[in-house]
Amino acid sequence: MSILATSFLQNHNFIDSLYILAVVLFILGLRGLAGPRTAVRGNQVAAVGMAIAFVATLLQEGVVPNGHTAILIAIGVIVGTLVGIPAARNVKMTAMPQMVALFNGVGGGAVALIAWAEFRRRFPGAGGDWYTKSMIASLFAAIIGSISFWGSNIAFGKLQEILPGRPIKLPGQQLINLVLLVICVGSAVAIAAGTHSQALFVLGVLVAAGVLGNMVVLPIGGADMPVVISLLNAFTGLSAAATGIALNNFALIVAGTIVGASGSILTNLMAVAMNRSVPSIIAGGFGGGGGEAPAGGGAGAGAGGTARSTSAQDAAIQLAYARQVVVVPGYGMAVAQAQHAVREMALALEKKGVEVKYAIHPVAGRMPGHMNVLLAEADVPYDQLKEMDDINPEFGRTDVSLIIGANDVTNPAANNDPGSPIYGMPILEVARSQSVIVLKRSMSSGFAGIDNPLFYDPKTAMLFGDAKASVSEITAELANL
Amino acid sequence: MDLVTQIGVLVLAAFVGFEVISKVPNTLHTPLMSGTNAIHGIVLLGGLLVIGEAVGAHDVLGQIILVIAIAFGTINVVGGFLVTDRMLGMFKRKPEQPAQTDAGEGQQ
Repeated sequence: MSILATSFLQNHNFIDSLYILAVVLFILGLRGLAGPRTAVRGNQVAAVGMAIAFVATLLQEGVVPNGHTAILIAIGVIVGTLVGIPAARNVKMTAMPQMVALFNGVGGGAVALIAWAEFRRRFPGAGGDWYTKSMIASLFAAIIGSISFWGSNIAFGKLQEILPGRPIKLPGQQLINLVLLVICVGSAVAIAAGTHSQALFVLGVLVAAGVLGNMVVLPIGGADMPVVISLLNAFTGLSAAATGIALNNFALIVAGTIVGASGSILTNLMAVAMNRSVPSIIAGGFGGGGGEAPAGGGAGAGAGGTARSTSAQDAAIQLAYARQVVVVPGYGMAVAQAQHAVREMALALEKKGVEVKYAIHPVAGRMPGHMNVLLAEADVPYDQLKEMDDINPEFGRTDVSLIIGANDVTNPAANNDPGSPIYGMPILEVARSQSVIVLKRSMSSGFAGIDNPLFYDPKTAMLFGDAKASVSEITAELANL
Repeated sequence: MDLVTQIGVLVLAAFVGFEVISKVPNTLHTPLMSGTNAIHGIVLLGGLLVIGEAVGAHDVLGQIILVIAIAFGTINVVGGFLVTDRMLGMFKRKPEQPAQTDAGEGQQ
């Protein structure tokens, strides 16, 4: 390559143009993600944008000054690729939410580590030429990145059930968190004021923020975890934008901010769907609570009744002679990997002239869209999946609602028991259908840890057992009818 | 860019983020979260930008920190886009319903 061509490629206007192109591709990609038909393309477009931004950065003058640097970059990229590809390829569809948490966490970790490297580059005898704005942005990135890294890891641990899903609380939790926050911010201020102590940066900023990240997420119940992951996702975006300000990089500022903004919106949408507010989730709530305090009080109404249990054969007969069946999937279906069995059962029913629809609650499973992904994997036609507002008016015309491993999203206490902790949460109104069959492993309470009066309703029958086994038994019985 | 320009860019980008996202249906929230998650892996570029100086300063610990940061950022980007693609692959319409597909290539 001639010197002229090389200098053109390294021209900062050319690099910036590539960045602008990359950012445009991100925006177009996100817009593509808005519709089921354009989403795959949208994701690819965003990935191309990322590749362009990556190459543009490497072209920039001085970024790869020598072979040693090139080797180190190659090591990082290759190791990251070798870890990332199999992780993304092999993860089960049910484990998707925790995978997103993990990917988000490493992003936050990268932010915090880069801030640390910036500190080392600027302070220990390196001329002290750190502009105030870059320094403040880096310190901000260090705190938020570290919180995001550790918080995401805890979220992963809870969803993966390495850690208990119920809230873990320490006495004086709020006070401890406040003290930790003061330590982080205080250390950051001390560094900004001219303290060149690396120990203070590592312990006072990175470690204290990391502990804070742990402490904030640990007391949050598993049911609220999707909201937390989304919030941490937005945080990581903001911290990436802060890194962009520190390093004066256009692509980082724009991409990070877009993620921060979209993540905040998404977080709010999820919280609204659960009738929760983001502050109350962060303060640590009932979500996943062992059922002690909140469950005892209000939701006790149904506890006096008895649940009626049924057999696969009875369930099959009930379903086969229905005109319309609405399947309500929940996390139990995901855990049991029952989606293919459900699809087979639905086909068997359709063969008998039964109309089958699927009612998807916005937060069924552990993330919005979780059920859609699983059912789509099992080739359930997209137009049979009905969102809550579309299906609720249909329950009055439904003969059988078949609830597969869903619980809290069908709990009528949300509508009629002001004492219930989930009072006011929009639910799927299955109780309005002619009859209800609930497939469930046991009578234990759902993720929110509260009792479900639906199970004691006279028109409800319980079919206990693993969701996949139960569904397969029903399908087998259908064939015999 | 001076600070005011940077903040201007940041504010405009925030509006773009709000606008683009507020139109996404519930169904696609998980893939969307995963997709935006991949995009913030762009922080990887930050690692690329500063590692050269750590090498120049013979700062071994700094180099180790940044190699890890680059690896982390790469996991975020590569894993994020792939996992999103896998999720979205589930939404593809199947060939047995050619009447409903957008792409008419299947028809003669």
